[in-house]
Amino acid sequence: MMNSESDPPVPGPAAPAVHAVHAVHAEALTVVRGPRTVLHDLRFTVPRGQITGLLGPSGCGKSTLMRSVVGTQAKVTGTLNVLGHPAGHPVLRSRVGYVTQAPSVYDDLTVRQNLDYFAAILDPGRAAARRRSDHVAQAIADVGLTSHAGALAGNLSGGQRSRVSLAVALLGAPELLVLDEPTVGLDPVLRRDLWNLFHDLAATRGTTLLVSSHVMDEAERCHRLLLMREGGILADDTPEALRARTGTDTVEAAFLHLVDQAATADRTKETTR
Amino acid sequence: MSTTTPAPGPAPTGTFSAARTTATAARVLRQLRHDPRTIALMLLVPCLMLVLLRYVFDASPRTFDNIGASLLGVFPLITMFLVTSIATLRERTSGTLERLLAMPLGKADLIAGYALAFGALAVVQSVLATGLALWPLGLDVTGSPWLLLLVALLDALLGTALGLFVSAFAASEFQAVQFMPAVIFPQLLLCGLFTPRSDMHPVLTAVSDVLPMSYAVDGMDEVLLHTDMTATFVRDVAIVAGCALLVLGLGAATLRRRTE
Repeated sequence: MMNSESDPPVPGPAAPAVHAVHAVHAEALTVVRGPRTVLHDLRFTVPRGQITGLLGPSGCGKSTLMRSVVGTQAKVTGTLNVLGHPAGHPVLRSRVGYVTQAPSVYDDLTVRQNLDYFAAILDPGRAAARRRSDHVAQAIADVGLTSHAGALAGNLSGGQRSRVSLAVALLGAPELLVLDEPTVGLDPVLRRDLWNLFHDLAATRGTTLLVSSHVMDEAERCHRLLLMREGGILADDTPEALRARTGTDTVEAAFLHLVDQAATADRTKETTR
Repeated sequence: MSTTTPAPGPAPTGTFSAARTTATAARVLRQLRHDPRTIALMLLVPCLMLVLLRYVFDASPRTFDNIGASLLGVFPLITMFLVTSIATLRERTSGTLERLLAMPLGKADLIAGYALAFGALAVVQSVLATGLALWPLGLDVTGSPWLLLLVALLDALLGTALGLFVSAFAASEFQAVQFMPAVIFPQLLLCGLFTPRSDMHPVLTAVSDVLPMSYAVDGMDEVLLHTDMTATFVRDVAIVAGCALLVLGLGAATLRRRTE
C-alpha cells in the first residue's frame, strides 16, 4: 500500500532529501484572512504516494490549508514546500490537481466538453490531440461517468457534478491531488468506489492524495491523518497509532477525545491567566 | 472504476500560448452554442432597433443616416459589454476561474480567448446590422462599408474589455447588469449622438474628450461624410483600439491567482 519509493525523486539540485519523502512540507505556516488568523503556526508533512486525510469540524481551516497548498490562498507566511517547490510555483500548476468543495465546472458544457477544455489547457496543441482524448476518456471512466459523457453538466445531479470536477483534477495524472470534501452528497456505493479509486491512484500511479472530509469513517481509509481544530493541528499520525494512543476503537472516538483534551487545556490556560 | 498510468504530457507554462487562447475561445463559443436564445438576442436585437429607428425617422432620412451610423458603433459595444461582464462574473463565482488560474493558463490566454470569441460574434452581429442598414434600410454612407465594420469591431472589443474589467467589481449578476447604465449611459449621452459635443457645457465637452465612445461615434461620422480615410478617422480608430487594449490590460490585472 505504501509505495513512496516508486515515486521518482524531485528534479533540481536544490531539492533537499526531505522532499523525496514528503510531497508537502510546512513549517510555521500562518494564514490571515481579513482580521482573522485562520491558520496558526502549523507544522506538518504529507508523505508521498499515500492518502493523507485532513479532518476537523467545518470552519477549522481545512479549505484554507488546501488552498494554501495549491497556491490560490493569499497572505500565506512561513514555509510551505510542495513537491520540492514553494507552494504556488508555476511549475506546480500542471503537477498538482485540485478539487474545490463546490464543483467548479461549466454548467453549460457537456461532461466531455468540460474535460476537453481543461485538457487543452494542461496539454495544449494539435499534436497532443490524440493523447488528450485518451486522457479525457480515462478520467471520465475513472469517475464512472462514461454513460453521461454527452450530458450537460448543469443537468447532472450534485454528486455527478462533483465527480466531473474530480475528473478534471485527474487529467494529466498529477503527482499531488488535493481534494476538498470529494465525497459529500454521494451515496455509499459511489463513496466506496471513489475511495477504491483513491487507493488505486496511490498504489499504481504513486499519486499523493490530500483529502479533506468530516465523515469520520472515511478517516479509517487514509494512510495518515491530520486532525485539525480551530486553525491548529491536533494530531498528525496514522489511524492505528491515533486509536492506540487515545485508547479508543474508532478514529471518531480518538478525535473527540483529543478535542475534549484540547478544550480542557484551553480552559485551564484561561483560568490560570 | 480502474486506473492506468498514462504518460504525463508536456505542459509548458508560458505567458501566452496561442493553443490555449484558441481553446479558450472555442470553449466560450461552445458555451454560447448551448444557449441559442442568447445568440439570437445578440444578433437580432440590434437589427430590430435599426428597423425601428428607420421608421421613427421616416420623414427625415438624413437624421436616420446620422444616428443610424453612430448606433452601428454603439450596439456592439453595449452587447459585448453585457455578455462579457456576465460571462466573466460567472467564471469568477463558479470557481472555474480559480481552477484555471491554478492550471498552466496565462492571464493573457484567458483574456485573449474571451476577446477572440466575442470578437467573432461581434463580426457576425456587425455584418448583419451594417448590411441591413446599408441596403434594405437605405442608410446613405459616403465612405466604405468596410470602415464601418472596422469601427464596429473595435467597439465590440472595447465593450468586451470594459465588461471584463467591470466584472471584477461586481459581486452578483444584479450588480453586473447595473454597471451597464453606470458605465455605458454617460458615454452614450456625451458621445455626440444626441447633440454635437461642441454644443455641450464646456465641462461636459472636456469629459467627452476622454471617453472612448466619443471617438467611436466620431469615427462612424467620418465614414458617413468622407469617401477616403481621413486623418481624423485614423486618430479615432487608434484611440478606440488603444483604449480597448488599455482596459484589457486593466482587466488582466484584476485576475488574481491568489485570493483571500
